[in-house]
Amino acid sequence: MTSAEAPAVGLTHGASEDTGLGHRGPESKSIVVPYGFWLFVLSDMVLFSALFATYATLAHAADGGPISNELFDRTLVAIETLALLLSSFVCGLAMIAARHRNLVWTEIWLLVTGALGAVFLGIELYEFAHMIGEGAGPQRSAFLSAFFTLVGCHGAHVTAGLLWIGTMMAQFWAKGFQPHIMRRMMCLSIFWHALDIIWVAIFTIVYLIGTL
Amino acid sequence: MAEHEREELMDVAPGAPHDSLMSETLSYIIGLGLALLLTGISFWVASTGAIWGPGVAMGLVVLAIAQMGVHLVFFLHITSGPDNTNNVLALAFGVLIVFLVMIGTIWIMAHMNVNMGPMPELTNLQMQRG
Repeated sequence: MTSAEAPAVGLTHGASEDTGLGHRGPESKSIVVPYGFWLFVLSDMVLFSALFATYATLAHAADGGPISNELFDRTLVAIETLALLLSSFVCGLAMIAARHRNLVWTEIWLLVTGALGAVFLGIELYEFAHMIGEGAGPQRSAFLSAFFTLVGCHGAHVTAGLLWIGTMMAQFWAKGFQPHIMRRMMCLSIFWHALDIIWVAIFTIVYLIGTL
Repeated sequence: MAEHEREELMDVAPGAPHDSLMSETLSYIIGLGLALLLTGISFWVASTGAIWGPGVAMGLVVLAIAQMGVHLVFFLHITSGPDNTNNVLALAFGVLIVFLVMIGTIWIMAHMNVNMGPMPELTNLQMQRG
């Protein structure tokens, strides 16, 4: 079929054929599924933007209780940041290994990804438990409610990601590199990289600017 | 249309790998290096006294946005190429909403706080009573 027969649809400019619209029909599932998941991840970031806005509004509403300078330990945050960043990097390596149909390295890199994610989550839970033990729980002040909602929501995403990594490893093991398994792996890597992007905003706004 | 042309015209999804093992791995390694560098600078800027105090927060925000860009380009492989148009458009819309929500909220709430908060004397009274 020539481009002259193609209906002028959407964003195609004249004879341009590069936008994936119109004359070729829909993209393959391996493109459409991760793209749809990309839209979900972006809407998840919109959700986080509301939590960030809430936190920024309430950051100084400590009600005479502990403020961020007294609560946060930058060394712990640096370790958390490093763990999550390396985890994101290793997730990329797992994606490459999966793409090259190497089961052993896919499983190894996914395991390392999950382990680093677990280190991050462990430090976060330790921090939460420590704060609550000191009487700085979410019920203490509006600032702490906003803090636990924002950081806890990110931690809940990481927890879900860990479960996903575990099931992903099992699926590669049991079913191999079938197209639908690869699509799930693509979505997992998008999810995991996105969590690291959100963490960049959290450690900057909550932990660094909060303790200036 | 020839088959190889169809290949070239395909869209790519976010995080889609490059063609060769070397260039893929290199992309992640460069990304990791840049992200580590920016993270390190962020923590250094926050801790050092060498930088003009009021400028530190703005500098940290700039560093964070730069690092998010590094993650998007080197980990999620978002590019300006024609095969990435849909990904970039979706990202642009997401960024627009994120900025509207955050800056709009902070702007409005700061004004409300200034204009509708209790008078300073009243605050002092309350604190003395408490």
